[in-house]
Amino acid sequence: MLKRVHFPSSPLPYLLVAPQIIITLVFFMWPASQALYQSLLVEDAFGLSTEFVWFENFTYLASDSHYLDAFWRTAIFSFLVAFMSMSVALILAGFADRVIKGATVYRTLLIWPYAVAPVLAGALWVFMFNPTLGIFPYLLDMIGVNWNHYLNGTQAMGLVIAAAAWKQVAYNFLFYLAAMQSIPRGVIEAAAIDGAGPVKRFTTIIIPLVSPTTFFLLVINLVYAFFETFGIIHVVTQGGPAASTTILVYKVFNDGFVGLDLGGSAAQSVVLMVIVIVMTMVQFKYVEKKVEY
Amino acid sequence: MAEIKLDNLIKAYGKVEVLHHIEGDIHDGEFIVIVGPSGCGKSTLLRMVAGLETITSGTISIGGKVVNKLEPADRDIAMVFQNYALYPHMTVYENMAYGLKIRKIPKDEIKRRVEEAADILEIREYLDRRPRQLSGGQRQRVAMGRAIVREPSVFLFDEPLSNLDAKLRVQMRLEIRKLQKRLGVTSIYVTHDQVEAMTLGDRLMVLNGGYVEQFGTPIELYQKPASLFVAGFIGSPSMNFMDADISNGVATLANGAKLKLSSKFNGPATLGIRPEHLVADDKGAIKVTVDMLEQLGANTLVHGILDGTQTSFVVSLDGIQVAETGSNQTFYAEKDSFHLFDKETGKRIVE
Repeated sequence: MLKRVHFPSSPLPYLLVAPQIIITLVFFMWPASQALYQSLLVEDAFGLSTEFVWFENFTYLASDSHYLDAFWRTAIFSFLVAFMSMSVALILAGFADRVIKGATVYRTLLIWPYAVAPVLAGALWVFMFNPTLGIFPYLLDMIGVNWNHYLNGTQAMGLVIAAAAWKQVAYNFLFYLAAMQSIPRGVIEAAAIDGAGPVKRFTTIIIPLVSPTTFFLLVINLVYAFFETFGIIHVVTQGGPAASTTILVYKVFNDGFVGLDLGGSAAQSVVLMVIVIVMTMVQFKYVEKKVEY
Repeated sequence: MAEIKLDNLIKAYGKVEVLHHIEGDIHDGEFIVIVGPSGCGKSTLLRMVAGLETITSGTISIGGKVVNKLEPADRDIAMVFQNYALYPHMTVYENMAYGLKIRKIPKDEIKRRVEEAADILEIREYLDRRPRQLSGGQRQRVAMGRAIVREPSVFLFDEPLSNLDAKLRVQMRLEIRKLQKRLGVTSIYVTHDQVEAMTLGDRLMVLNGGYVEQFGTPIELYQKPASLFVAGFIGSPSMNFMDADISNGVATLANGAKLKLSSKFNGPATLGIRPEHLVADDKGAIKVTVDMLEQLGANTLVHGILDGTQTSFVVSLDGIQVAETGSNQTFYAEKDSFHLFDKETGKRIVE
């Protein structure tokens, strides 16, 4: 017979949450704390001597013109990646929303790029834009543009932005399409009867109604551009030429693992960590609150 | 101002035909109600007039102009949707002004028209609110306002009252009727509610399974239903039907009872009688075993079974009446109040 109705000392609940807690501790808390600790140290390039320097690494960063340049570069890069991938995705979703025949095929094809690993996406763009072998430099040459992203910093930046944006279009497309399909048909039909053509309906009805999705995607895309574009940059330009495509996350890698300035690199990653925490907080604060309409 | 002509309209999805040879002439300023059970194609027909569904074959003309190939925007129509379909991100004012802005009507003219419509519909104090801050009835008014300000030549209503509660529905029904009379705009109204149809329409188009069963005034439909379907659909409670053999003006029911008719028809037929046309009479020929009474105050509905058959039977008696369950009651009806329908086709037998 049952003598107790509950088991106050059972270890079961702790066992069930243990995997999640262990994963968080091992893969997030521990590396994060290591980075925090490391950012307070200065180590020589061979790892033979270590000195505790408090916040010297951070004060150095604040006065390092290379680092500040990278900051602005990252801002421009992220904004352009988010803007380009979102606007292309919005337009494609607008078309897909109107497609009736072969809609599934069209959608599936548009989603494929998301399955491509960042490094491979980068490799594809490198081949296409290789100054001596690529098809695009050949075509650009015909209209008088001399393409060489190994020498021209602006072209290199354009190339990584295009590659990073292309990769993210599929993701944004999925969200935009879902948002558009959840708009009641009647509202669109009412606008059609009110005299709005397809373009007018898109700009005055559909875009305002998917604005909560736009905000959500903006944060997601900025985070993506800040962190996940590492692979693309590493393959396409290695941050060059002359650091013209070195964004913050690439500089962390470059200073830490190539330059072996572990303390400075750790300080940079702490700054990045703060940025992503702030972005996530902004997102939670505003996405939870429904956009005003 | 416009008349509408539906000429041999057919709608098919692939090989499945859902509307068959729809014909109808709607006069200028008339209020037409399309009524029928769910899935009969009434909304599809309305959406074809609106230009939201393609026309498989046949023609629709509005004001003498064939509109088959015209976009909804170019048909000079306005539509009120079942779920209102207001633009959620715009205020009431912007909702009503949207169609006018697109048509590049001057700002002060827009303001004048919107305010005028808002006054008619008594929604002036809500002009700055957004749709989600309004109740169902208020949203319905805004949806009507959006249609009115356009000053179209045709109004289309797609079950606009079905999301409202019963009391509000009756009130809005009267308002729609008054408004339509006042504006004199040709209107097509779709509903599945026969009471709504009877009270609103100048004429009713009864649809069933994609066919027009009858197109006529409410009184015509009530007095001379063209088929069993119309007879059963129009009027509440619905008409009683029984099998009968008719010869020389006398109908013999399955239980042997004999009824006098004014018809000259001979042979088997379906006999129809409305519940309200029966009166309690000891010498009446219609004998009913009482199952249940429904006391409605003003009248009493007697539900029962026609004696000696399986046919269920309803009688509506004036005032408050009492009868024992299981008891037999006899009823009488005037010979002119019977309806005769063909047993095979269900069509009304006309002499």
